[in-house]
Amino acid sequence: MVPLSYYLILGGILFACGVTGFLIKRNIITIFMCIELMLNGVNLTFVAFAAQWQALAGQVFVFFVMVVAAAEAAVGLAIIIAVYRTRETLNVDLVNLLKL
Amino acid sequence: MLSVETFLLVSIVKIAIAIGVLLTAVAYTVWLERKVVGHIQNRWGPTRVGPFGLLQPLADGLKFIFKEDLTPPHVYKPLYIAAPMLALTFALTSIAVIPVGNWVNVAGINTPLQITDVNIGLLIILGVTSLGVYGVALAGWSSNSKYSLLGGLRASAQMVSYEIALGLSLVGVLIMAGSFSLRDIVQAQSGTFWGFIPRWNIFQGQIVAFFIYLMAAYAETNRVPFDLPEAETELVAGYHTEYSAMKFAMFFMAEYANMITVACLASLLFLGGWSGPLFGPPILQAVLPLFWFGLRVFAFLFLYIWVRGTLPRFRYDQLMSFGWKFLLPLAIANLVVTALIVALKA
Amino acid sequence: MLHLILFSLFGVVCVAGAINLLVQTHPINSALSLVVVMGALAVEFLLLGAEFVAAIQVIVYAGAVMVLFVFVIMLLNAGIEERTNGSRVALRLGIPGLLIGSVLIAWVLTHANTHSVNVGALPGPPKTIGWLLFHDYLLPFEITSVLVLIAIMGAVVLAARPESPRKES
Repeated sequence: MVPLSYYLILGGILFACGVTGFLIKRNIITIFMCIELMLNGVNLTFVAFAAQWQALAGQVFVFFVMVVAAAEAAVGLAIIIAVYRTRETLNVDLVNLLKL
Repeated sequence: MLSVETFLLVSIVKIAIAIGVLLTAVAYTVWLERKVVGHIQNRWGPTRVGPFGLLQPLADGLKFIFKEDLTPPHVYKPLYIAAPMLALTFALTSIAVIPVGNWVNVAGINTPLQITDVNIGLLIILGVTSLGVYGVALAGWSSNSKYSLLGGLRASAQMVSYEIALGLSLVGVLIMAGSFSLRDIVQAQSGTFWGFIPRWNIFQGQIVAFFIYLMAAYAETNRVPFDLPEAETELVAGYHTEYSAMKFAMFFMAEYANMITVACLASLLFLGGWSGPLFGPPILQAVLPLFWFGLRVFAFLFLYIWVRGTLPRFRYDQLMSFGWKFLLPLAIANLVVTALIVALKA
Repeated sequence: MLHLILFSLFGVVCVAGAINLLVQTHPINSALSLVVVMGALAVEFLLLGAEFVAAIQVIVYAGAVMVLFVFVIMLLNAGIEERTNGSRVALRLGIPGLLIGSVLIAWVLTHANTHSVNVGALPGPPKTIGWLLFHDYLLPFEITSVLVLIAIMGAVVLAARPESPRKES
């Protein structure tokens, strides 16, 4: 008998870690992974509320969030590869010129 | 219903038995392969250690334990050591949801011959197969050598590509059974047509799915004809070039454990599981389903080894185009046709 | 009771994995800790009764998306990241700010009036989700399939090697 707030706090902690990582990390790929961590925290919140209100629509929405996250990861990583090919670096602070 | 402690105890006993049987089966599958491939190539295979070379796996095991475990200095140590363990763990995990028989009553406890009967059993096996890619990819990368990296990348790309065809070929079976639980799928195949043809999925129209599954499974387990990533003549030894002794043995065991899992799954999903004529006293009737199941698994392993001894291997680009341009559309077509027929019948 | 123990155990694994992701300097270690987080989250989903979501979390997220991340890290040979001025500022400001934010959110949540959730509270086998997806939510389902197709085409175009000029013979 776990109170709903425990699940929400866990989701909140994951989301907070994701935001922290997004702000303090300098490697593009790690920043992307923090975005995925944020999405996971949100998924947990969705499913927890779906369990409380017995609404299956919460699970369906998690399904869509996962699909969108997968599509975004694919395109984002392709962009990272393209950026690496031209700038030769993965450090966000060094990708700061519009033209090389 | 069992109490929590009884359930835990029974589960631990079942896990111990399952792991023991699986590891012994892995060792003797290696023996079987060496014998069968030897006979195909007109030579004997192992004959010296024990009658018919039956103690050869024991000798091999001892050799691996006593061999020098070399860790090259240029590897990324944490992942180098963790990768074979990951590969073996995921290979052994899928045995948890594979049923081998009906419910039995042992010492007054009613328990299924399966470690756990989750109602998403098939999805768990697909999930564990997806996670198995990590062992290969991380081994290739952490070895810090060009052969390993190329072999690891190729092997993981191959595994990821054929996973899709594997999953889609199983959806036809799912539509016909209506459940993800492996036990339910086997029970949906009970009974016979016209009294003597068993109602297996392979006879109920899933023959195309069966062959797609077979080919995708050969590619998933990195076996001939799809074993380019670990072929000696191509990439030294692929992703396990830099591994020696026990860690190499773990990769070896993981590959054969995957083969056995695939064989078990094929016999459950397409060949009716453990159904077969039951006769004799009750104790025999409890053991016979195990025997029929073992017979099917043995047939699949023999087929695996037979194909290994007979066919040449695909080139990497042929392999990838086969998976994406042939197997995937075929699996989707199979799915659409099955869904149409089931919808029209209902 | 067992529910609380299992929830806490896998909750601790989740949080430990998330903090490890932040602390590690090499991206491959961060990627693997994210895989651990996703696995522990799949168990949390199972505790809530969302078995289908747990299974696709493992198959899609941990087994495909993270494999893609690991591939890219291996291909680009990403090394240990360096410390620059911007990252020091972000560390000094970001971490205390986020701690304060999370404490605030946690305080609000525990004082709100929410019920307890039973184990396996969500009803139904995966069949019910399938029904919803193909009846009530058919339009979003089809649109996400088009989205995935666009993403595949985009990824192939963006990551393709620039064509070398062909020699006319």
